[in-house]
Amino acid sequence: MGHLLEISNLKISTPRGKNLVPLLDKVSLNVPKGQCLGIVGESGCGKSITATSLLQQLPYPLRVTEGTTAFDSFQHGKVDLLTLPSKKMRNIRGREIAMIFQEPMTSLDPIFTIQQQMFEALQFHFPRMSHKEMLDKCLSMLVKVNIPRPEQTLSSYPHQLSGGQLQRIMIAIALMNDPRLLIADEPTTALDVTIQMQILDLMNELKESNDAAVLMITHDLGVIAETSQHVAVFYAGHIVEEAPVMELFHHPQHPYTKGLLKSISSLSGDSNLLYAIPGIVPPGGSWDAHCRFAARCEYASEKCLKDVPALTEVASGHLCRCFLHRQEVEA
Amino acid sequence: MSDKKTYVDRRLPTGDSLLKQLWQDPLGRAGFLGILFILLLALFAPIIARYDVAQINSKARLAAPSGTYWFGTDNFGRDIFSRIVYGAQVSLLVGVVSVSIAAGIGYLFGLAAGFFEGKVESTIMMLMDIIFAFPSILLALLIVAVLGTSIVNTMIAIGIVNIPVFARTVRASVKAVKGTDYIANARSVGLKNSVILFRHITPNSLAPFTVQATLALSSAILTEATMSFLGLGIQPPNPSWGSMLSEARTYMEMAPWMVVFPALFIIFTILSFNILGDALRDALDPKLKL
Repeated sequence: MGHLLEISNLKISTPRGKNLVPLLDKVSLNVPKGQCLGIVGESGCGKSITATSLLQQLPYPLRVTEGTTAFDSFQHGKVDLLTLPSKKMRNIRGREIAMIFQEPMTSLDPIFTIQQQMFEALQFHFPRMSHKEMLDKCLSMLVKVNIPRPEQTLSSYPHQLSGGQLQRIMIAIALMNDPRLLIADEPTTALDVTIQMQILDLMNELKESNDAAVLMITHDLGVIAETSQHVAVFYAGHIVEEAPVMELFHHPQHPYTKGLLKSISSLSGDSNLLYAIPGIVPPGGSWDAHCRFAARCEYASEKCLKDVPALTEVASGHLCRCFLHRQEVEA
Repeated sequence: MSDKKTYVDRRLPTGDSLLKQLWQDPLGRAGFLGILFILLLALFAPIIARYDVAQINSKARLAAPSGTYWFGTDNFGRDIFSRIVYGAQVSLLVGVVSVSIAAGIGYLFGLAAGFFEGKVESTIMMLMDIIFAFPSILLALLIVAVLGTSIVNTMIAIGIVNIPVFARTVRASVKAVKGTDYIANARSVGLKNSVILFRHITPNSLAPFTVQATLALSSAILTEATMSFLGLGIQPPNPSWGSMLSEARTYMEMAPWMVVFPALFIIFTILSFNILGDALRDALDPKLKL
């Protein structure tokens, strides 16, 4: 199976004075067709800007300074999303690549009804659709995402609905045009734990039925375990570990990934204390030529402070950026 | 699209209930009634006024307020009440037209600056800062001195002076709205810039702009009064509250009514607009609502 989206050497920087400070450093990722790729990492590690750069929506003044992508578009063939002219980009946004955001409560315009906003999303990509067709489409989408009383919901304003309902509606809007890729940027972070599971199940279900690929961005490894087939762990602007999901959970290699897994709270755990990785993420601009995790790493040696480890394959399909696991497998 | 009717636009966040909200607020009601009073005065000036504004009566110069001359007469024997009534026309006209000029141009500048960041924004805002740097009265006087004194030029001058306030207000609220999740979402759905700008950003950023407009009305009226007082605004024999004050200066001790009544009306009008502006701000502030 081919890749729906290939990202290679993506580098995003922000200008500071006359210099460009990198925020995302040479990230390469592949999203296979119909599968879910998870991206995990702390706040500020670059996972969200990776997603927004794909739709050319980087907040000013951030910009892509290096790298290419190859997206398999059914309208335009193989395209590089980063350099696509804005007119073609708009045909892809919402039609081929849809996005779900973190805050459902604020992701809909407060002054329009759900129907108006769903219509708007449809109308742009299918201008010839009649009112009746659009209404049917919206209703069927709302039924698909398990919204009770869809007719009534259509005429509601966003503030009249709950966070869980709104996130369902966001998913409905995102999937309305049958996108090939769904980017979910922390889709469950703002929701109650009880609702999170329902939303994730719903996303999995719709992913299967629509045969869409998903790029799941989250800081919650639990969400990754529920949804993803493949995981990339981001730390300070680059990938530190990448593996199939089961491999990552059972054989984590990078000390950062191990720390993340340890910090998941567990009901059966012996300790009452939540594990925390000591220290903070080094901010962009202070990435010197050594392992970026070295300062917080309990296994750090002198070598780690001298050189940047490369991303190397430690097992089949399992990449890790750490000197501890460097093997002489250079082909 | 024949069924477009279901697409009801609600331009203000609170829609139809806004007037009702204003009315329920005692301050809002007071401001509203005050402005209504001045508006009626201006509209029905020909009926309300008791004498011709330019009619000189040498027998009744500097007459004290009485049954014949309610507010007294000035140094030419003209009826002050009638002149104040007609002055309301001038004040409101100058206020509304100049604020429309300022608000219209300022809105476009602010929208452009807030929406297109980078060079467009810094150029527009630099221009605004230059205008802002002048004391507003001085700049207005300068513009009138260049264009010549007339009621139209006064309106243009006051309009230009007030552009930066609107540009800044609108830019700030546009930027705030632009950063919201629903705009990010509107983009990721594939909407065009123009749709995002006029359908989503404009109505959501209108509240501070509306408040600014009412407040600017009062400051425009005040600026006109000041300019007329200084002799570069409305020219005699047209009645303007400011120019009436200016003429009254010399006779202040002999005929205090010449000062008191125009001044009272200026205060009353400005106060009404300011109170209404405050009430409007509260009514449009979603944070004050439960």
